[in-house]
Amino acid sequence: MNFNKNLRNIFLILFAIFALSACSAKKSQTTGDVYTGNETVEYLASGVKDRVFFATNKSSLTSASRETLRKQATYLRKNKKLNVTIEGHADERGTREYNLALGERRANAARDYLMTYGISGKRISVISYGKERPVNSESTPLAWSQNRRSVTVKVK
Amino acid sequence: MKKIIIILLIFLNFISNSNALIKVDITRGNLDPLPIAVSPLHVDNTSVNLENLDVKKLGVNISSIIEKNFKSTGLFNPLKKEAFVQKPDIAHLKPRFEDWRLIKAQALVTGKLSVKDNKLKVEFRLWDLTASKEMIALSFTTTPSNWRRVAHIISDKIYERLTGETGYFDTRIIYVAESGPKNQRVKKLAIMDQDGAKTKYLTLGNELVLTPRFNPSNQMVTYLSYFRNLPRVYLLDIETGKQEVVGNFPGMTFAPRFSPDGKKIIMSFAKDGNSDIFTMDLETRVVERITEHSSIDTSPSYSPDGKYICFNSDRSGLQQIYVMKSDGTNVKRITFGKGIYGTPVWSPRGDLIAFTKVRKGRFYIGVMRSDGTGERLLTENFYQEAPSWSPNGRVLVFYRETKSGPQGKGFSAKLWSIDITGYNERKIKTETDASDPSWSSLLSK
Repeated sequence: MNFNKNLRNIFLILFAIFALSACSAKKSQTTGDVYTGNETVEYLASGVKDRVFFATNKSSLTSASRETLRKQATYLRKNKKLNVTIEGHADERGTREYNLALGERRANAARDYLMTYGISGKRISVISYGKERPVNSESTPLAWSQNRRSVTVKVK
Repeated sequence: MKKIIIILLIFLNFISNSNALIKVDITRGNLDPLPIAVSPLHVDNTSVNLENLDVKKLGVNISSIIEKNFKSTGLFNPLKKEAFVQKPDIAHLKPRFEDWRLIKAQALVTGKLSVKDNKLKVEFRLWDLTASKEMIALSFTTTPSNWRRVAHIISDKIYERLTGETGYFDTRIIYVAESGPKNQRVKKLAIMDQDGAKTKYLTLGNELVLTPRFNPSNQMVTYLSYFRNLPRVYLLDIETGKQEVVGNFPGMTFAPRFSPDGKKIIMSFAKDGNSDIFTMDLETRVVERITEHSSIDTSPSYSPDGKYICFNSDRSGLQQIYVMKSDGTNVKRITFGKGIYGTPVWSPRGDLIAFTKVRKGRFYIGVMRSDGTGERLLTENFYQEAPSWSPNGRVLVFYRETKSGPQGKGFSAKLWSIDITGYNERKIKTETDASDPSWSSLLSK
C-alpha cells in the first residue's frame, strides 16, 4: 500500500516534470520573435544547420545565428571546392517589394558573416525570394518566425 | 472630414444650378445611385450573322456590358429590363419621356447597330428623362470582333457626360495569376479587360513573375522575372511577346515602373544588402542612380508631371513614405503616423498618393495628399497591398490575401477595387487567384 502510494507520487512528479519541460520547450521556440527551434532546419553536414532566423523587419544576426554560421564557415573551409547560394526570405506580413529587399539584406548579412570567417565572397552567391517561398504555409506567428530566414544551399 | 463634404456639396450644387441637366456627384460615397435604364440596342434586320458572332444577340450583350459597368461604379442603378416600356428601335428614335419616368428612371440609354460588309456600326443616345432632352448622340464603326470595346467606350462616354469625369471602362488590368500550394506558388502574367473578360496569359508559369506595370501607351509591360533564377526587371511587348532584361545589373533589380512619358523605367537595384533607386532610359540605355542611402529604398512612383518621385524607405528605422525631386534631391519624409507605410502610388490626377499601411498586424489601403496630409484609410484587412489607380483617379485596384490554416489551407489571393471615397468595395472576378494588379490608361484616348 505504502509502496503503491510512493510509486504514484513518483509518477505524479515525473508527469509534472514532463509537462513542465514540454511546456517550456514549446515556449522556447522563439526568443523575441526569432525562431530558435529545429522543426524546419536541414543540415549541410552533421551538426551544421543550413539556416538562421530573423526578427520581424530585421536582418541582424542573433548569437545562435552566428554560431550556426561559424559552423557553416568551418564546413566550407574544409570543403574548398564547394560553392553555396544563400537564399534570403521574409514572412508574409510585409509588402511584396519591401520583402524582396529585406530577403536580400538578410542573405547578405549571412554572407558577410561567412566572409569575416575567411570564406571568399566568390564562393557565396545570394538570392532573395522575399515572401514568395514560405517553408511553413500557415498564417501564424510561429510560421512567420520560421519563414524569416536565410538558407545556405550547396550549389551542385 | 464632414465639413469638407458639406463644403463640396454646396460648391457642386452651385455649379449644377447653372446646368439643369442631371449630374452624378462622384466626390462622395453615393448612397442614392442614379436610376438608369439601358435599353437593349436595336439590331438592324439587314444585319448579317457572322461565323463567330451571334449578331442578333449583340444588342442585348452590349447593353448588358454597359449595365454591368454602371453597376460596378456604385453611382448608377441600372433598372430591370422587364419594366421597360418601349421597344428599343422606337425608344431610340424618340422616347416617351413620361412613360420612362413612371418606372423611376432618370436617364435612358438607347441605341441601334448593324453588321454589314464585316463592319459593325453602333449608334447610341443618352436621354435626360427629367429634362426630356437628348444629352449625347454618337456613332462608331469598327470591326465586329471589337464589340466589347464598343460597349466599354459607350459606357465611358455616358459616365463622362453624367459625372463630368473621364471614364475608365475601356481599360485593361494586368496582374499575376496564381495557382498551386502556397509554398510552391505558380505565377503567370495575365491580362484582362477591366470587367474581367478576355483573360489572356502572357507567360507560361515556368518562372516566378511579380509586379507587372503598364507603360503609358499600354503596349509594354515591365515586371520582375526569376528567369534562370536571376531576379531581374524585364520589359515585355504585349503584341509581339518579345521580352528583354532591363539594364545589366550585377544583382537583383525589382519594383519597376514607367516614367509618365514612358521613356524610362524606374526601379530598385539591390547590392550587398542595400537597395537603392535607379532609372534606365529605354532609348539611350543610360542608367542613373536616384537614391544613395544604406537603407532599403524601393517602390518608386513618379508624379504624373514627372517632376517628383515618391518611394518607401526604412531609413528612419521602419518603412515610411518619402517624396523627392525626380533627380533624387530634396528628399522629404511625408508619413509620420503610427505604423508602417509602403507602396506609394501617385494618382494620375496628381493630387493624391495611395499607399499600404500596416498597423498592429492589420493592413490598410489609404490615400493622402502628396505632402502627406489628409490621410484617409479606405479599407482594413488581414493582408492587402499594392494599390493601382484607375486612369481617372477615382478607383483603386489592389490585392487581398486570406489567412491560411495548416499546410496553407484556405489561402487565396484576389483582386479588389474600392472608390477613393471609401465606398463601393468589390471583388474583381478572375479565372484564377490573382495579385499585383496594374490598371492601364484609357485604350482609346
